[in-house]
Amino acid sequence: MAGQSNECILRFDGVSVRFDETPALDGLSFSMRAGETRVILGAAGSGKTVLLKAALGLIRPTEGTVSVFGDDITRRTEREMFGLRSRIGMLFQEGGLFDSLTIEENVAYPLVNQQRARRLSPEQIRERVEESLRFVELERTLDKFPSELSGGMRRRVGIARAAVTEPPLVLFDSPTAGLDPITANTIIALIVKERDVKNMTTALVTHRYQDGTLLANFRYNPESGQLEPLGRNGNAASRTTTFMVMREGRLVFEGTQGQLEASRDPYISKFARQSSE
Amino acid sequence: MLDFLKSPILAMQDFFALAGRAFLNILRRPHYADDVFIQMDIIGVGSLPIVVLIGFFSGAVMALQMSRALSTYGATGQIGTITAITLVRELGPVLTALLVAGRNASGIASELGSMKVTEQIDAMRALGTDPVQKLVTPRLIATAVMLPLLTVIADFVGLFGGYCVACLLLNLLTPTQYWTTSYRAIEYNDLSQGLLKPFCFAIIIALVGCFYGMRTTGGTQGVGRATTQAVVVASIWVFVVNFVITRVYVNL
Repeated sequence: MAGQSNECILRFDGVSVRFDETPALDGLSFSMRAGETRVILGAAGSGKTVLLKAALGLIRPTEGTVSVFGDDITRRTEREMFGLRSRIGMLFQEGGLFDSLTIEENVAYPLVNQQRARRLSPEQIRERVEESLRFVELERTLDKFPSELSGGMRRRVGIARAAVTEPPLVLFDSPTAGLDPITANTIIALIVKERDVKNMTTALVTHRYQDGTLLANFRYNPESGQLEPLGRNGNAASRTTTFMVMREGRLVFEGTQGQLEASRDPYISKFARQSSE
Repeated sequence: MLDFLKSPILAMQDFFALAGRAFLNILRRPHYADDVFIQMDIIGVGSLPIVVLIGFFSGAVMALQMSRALSTYGATGQIGTITAITLVRELGPVLTALLVAGRNASGIASELGSMKVTEQIDAMRALGTDPVQKLVTPRLIATAVMLPLLTVIADFVGLFGGYCVACLLLNLLTPTQYWTTSYRAIEYNDLSQGLLKPFCFAIIIALVGCFYGMRTTGGTQGVGRATTQAVVVASIWVFVVNFVITRVYVNL
């Protein structure tokens, strides 16, 4: 089960995805262990979103195999996937909120509709929803509709919905895209908080190197309620963050932040240089 | 040439795959009863005013036209018979189906299409729920239940429209004469085809609407295109299936 260290939670083995002969993913191989944080960088159209959708089985690979929690999902039917997907949280690029449902109904959606969680009473569901929204500091928006919220608030609701069932693996698709730097940092801080408090394995797709830096070097201190740099109080080794760089559907880099910053490849170093610009 | 043929055949295959899943889901858990009732309200109760209006006027026009034609043969006493048979066999089911196709196939296609282009369908799958079970099956059940009921109402209101014209406006026959001839004209054969037709049309309308909605691509323009296609295709299939069912019943 998740939570056990060193267990392989997500594994891509030679995965290719093609749309009309154009490869969106090209022979991608990597694996993620429980408790790990993975930051996936890449230019627009480099296949980052397709990677996340393939991990969830929303897109079927043309070649190769995808394993989640040790199960090969490549040949599973759509119906067999639903149980597995309830163990993975996903934040879509634009939030993916249901615009005809209120914020409360949106966050409650996985609790109400997933077979795994259908035993909860309405009171328990409301409690969990309120708790999840309090976590992203939006507990006063229960009765509002997504269209009444700002872009940043919608992403926060998306985070609350992805984490409400406390899944062992959460995937974030460009949570900071199109947001101002202040809101973007708030969103990443919330992701760090979710990750550390609920002990979730996290994969984050982004084109902002700063997002990766925050995830790799900060942890949430539950006592102060603030983020603090890793290394303080002897907690340096509590998290492992791996960086990946994608280019035209291929994985061109996989390694630590130090290795990424030391890379001489012009494409890779462009991402590392962002933070100093 | 092969590519030209490939796309409609693939679309047909996708349509039947969706239809198969939607039907199978009726028997499978989880059942979304709330969604079924919401859709029944939107499709059934929502369409009621317009169905009543159109039903009334189609019956009234039928009686008007027949009054002129039948008076040539001195057979105006048969107005009730003719109005009842045409309404129950053809006009009621087809007109109601076309109205519901225009109103609900478009509504379903645009709703599902908007959800598709804003990643809400993907989000639904990602959250561990089957979009076919949650969106398509409730719409299929709701339309299949409500369209026959709407047709029965349209038939009755149409007969009332015919009564208003024949008895109140033109004074051609007495109310008893009109209602008795209408009642006697309808046989079990008419009733069964008059109810089988809307049931089949409902399946077409719901599935075509959902099918075009679920395969929408290309942003808001795509949603518009899906909506138009859904209404056009559903209406065409209503006429084709109407012909097939009528052909079968004529031979019975």
